[in-house]
Amino acid sequence: MWDYTEKVKDHFLNPRNAGEMKDPDAVGEAGSLACGDQMKLMLRIDKNEIITDAKFQTFGCGSAVASASALTEMIIGKPLAEAEKITNRDIADYLGGLPEKKMHCSVLGHAALDAAVNKYRGRDSAAPEEKKKHVLCECFGVTEEEILHVIKENGLTKIEDVTNYTKAGGGCMSCHEKISALIKSVVTTEKPSPEAGPAGKKLTNLQKIKLIEETFEKEIKPMLKADGGDIELIDVEGSKVVVSLRGMCSSCSTSNFTLKKYIEPKLKEFVSDDLFIEEV
Amino acid sequence: MGTKNIYTDNNATTMVAPEVVEEMQPFFSDLYGNPSSMHLFGGQVKKFIDRAREQAASLINADPSEIVFTSCGTESDNAAIRGVLSAHPDKKHIITTRVEHPAVKNVCQYLSKNGYRVTELSVDSRGQIDMDELTEKMDKDTVLVSIMWANNETGVIFPVDDIAKIVKSRGAVFHCDAVQATGKVSIDMNKTPVDLLSISGHKFHAPKGIGALYIRKGTHFVPFIMGGHQEEGRRAGTENVPYIVGFGRACEIALKHLSIENIRVKTLRDRLEKELVEKAIEASVNGDTQNRLPNTTNISFKYIEGESILMLLSEAGIAASSGSACTSGSLEPSHVLRAMGVPFTRVHGSVRFSLSRYNTEDDVDCIIEKMLHIEKQLREISPFGREELYAAQ
Repeated sequence: MWDYTEKVKDHFLNPRNAGEMKDPDAVGEAGSLACGDQMKLMLRIDKNEIITDAKFQTFGCGSAVASASALTEMIIGKPLAEAEKITNRDIADYLGGLPEKKMHCSVLGHAALDAAVNKYRGRDSAAPEEKKKHVLCECFGVTEEEILHVIKENGLTKIEDVTNYTKAGGGCMSCHEKISALIKSVVTTEKPSPEAGPAGKKLTNLQKIKLIEETFEKEIKPMLKADGGDIELIDVEGSKVVVSLRGMCSSCSTSNFTLKKYIEPKLKEFVSDDLFIEEV
Repeated sequence: MGTKNIYTDNNATTMVAPEVVEEMQPFFSDLYGNPSSMHLFGGQVKKFIDRAREQAASLINADPSEIVFTSCGTESDNAAIRGVLSAHPDKKHIITTRVEHPAVKNVCQYLSKNGYRVTELSVDSRGQIDMDELTEKMDKDTVLVSIMWANNETGVIFPVDDIAKIVKSRGAVFHCDAVQATGKVSIDMNKTPVDLLSISGHKFHAPKGIGALYIRKGTHFVPFIMGGHQEEGRRAGTENVPYIVGFGRACEIALKHLSIENIRVKTLRDRLEKELVEKAIEASVNGDTQNRLPNTTNISFKYIEGESILMLLSEAGIAASSGSACTSGSLEPSHVLRAMGVPFTRVHGSVRFSLSRYNTEDDVDCIIEKMLHIEKQLREISPFGREELYAAQ
């Protein structure tokens, strides 16, 4: 069992401001199902740019729920400009600290807030293609920008720290050299990192997953089921949709053909043009 | 809550049986001799070790001379793998599976970087290997096949008889990690041609720190731990007498309970599993339910996360475990469920309940009630699967 502070336990067992908000003024999301945590932050912002209410939904571990709960408590009643300055370290401190390996939960909270503020201000952090290019840790889908950000914000000096804060490098470890180079670049030059591309409208992860699942239900499953087969969505990593074929499909010799010629075009048609499909 | 704690994490470790504790007591006080000594003190304890060896042999229908006491299951696995490789230095290929316990998996991974070729067999969605793949992957260079009897996370039982026959027919050595299976299902070394079998005491109500390795007569084996002549020269080090005695007693009790108690445990497990899956908003069982340990169920609750579930279960006095990334100590979710192709949405929300003969009907009732409540509670704050949640309300 993790060594959580009493405050973390309290925020997990009695989460503040959990739930949905009708017509929020800003929504921010961070994380992914693959990593095991995803957070959605909803903000009500008045005309003086004061955050009058905040709600969150979190899929994740105890400290992810606690970080989200703490964050809402920290920002309600604050002017947006002030809330923007909150760092992941502030969230962790508010909770009386987090275990090192769980620092990424505070980063998640910070990232959701960042996304919500950006959206409110009409900025989008990165266009999807641009973002894809900069994914440094393929295992957990962590971008170079995200890693640079936590390195600077928290003064990280070791690969292990970066893994604890972002999960990057915690899987196959093939990105360790690149992470090491990033750490060095921050230590040697204090220049800020180049900000990612221009604003572009894109689906949020949640919207994308929802749309893909709808498309599966309406367009794809009925056809597969007619042949005794079925399909299951396993994961969405950027533009890659990972699926598993079930029933008759799983042993069918033409299943790859079905995937590429039938299912993929449907996803491109109903969800997003950049999607491509892969079987686990 | 808090009046009674319910322990359903018996694949992690078990309560030491009171009879076992009692049996061990004298060996911490009066009977402290070294069994190797030539005097009365030594002779007194030697016969208890012999008896424990007989008790252990009976549990798996082996000859007592084939039982070597070790410090734990991990040592048994290491000794088996290293001991066989050292005895066959000319062959360099090992076959194992993607779902082994780290005590085998990590040893094989180390060997793969140190001169050995290692093949990890894949498993299907039920967690079963493909016997044809095993046959195909075996070649003249294959020295050892190491495949577990039953999986610790899912309880899935491999067709060990068939595996053993294939391995033997091709002239390789077969090691089987039976740490989870021993005491839960019948193991008969007279029927199953396994060459080496790993056993761990604390998985069936002996204390931690004691295990055994079965080494079939005629198996070429170089000791992993060298030193004195203990265990017929197969495992050096002064015998851990109290634990060996306790281990023997635990083997005896396990054998006695094997048929009747395990049926009772299976009935409890089946009811727990059936009711949870039926009544949950979205839950499904992981693994081959036709070939499974009687005490284990691995259930995935969709769109909620394992560590959160465990923390809330723990608040309710219930101990279980999960394959989620956040509970693993590392950041990777269960390698077993991933190898089975279980989607991330389900891996992170997987919970393993592993029962023992000490669990009751009341325990099952309580777990069902609390777990369903927890699922609802976490679904309410999850951003995923909102429609299904509303539909269930």
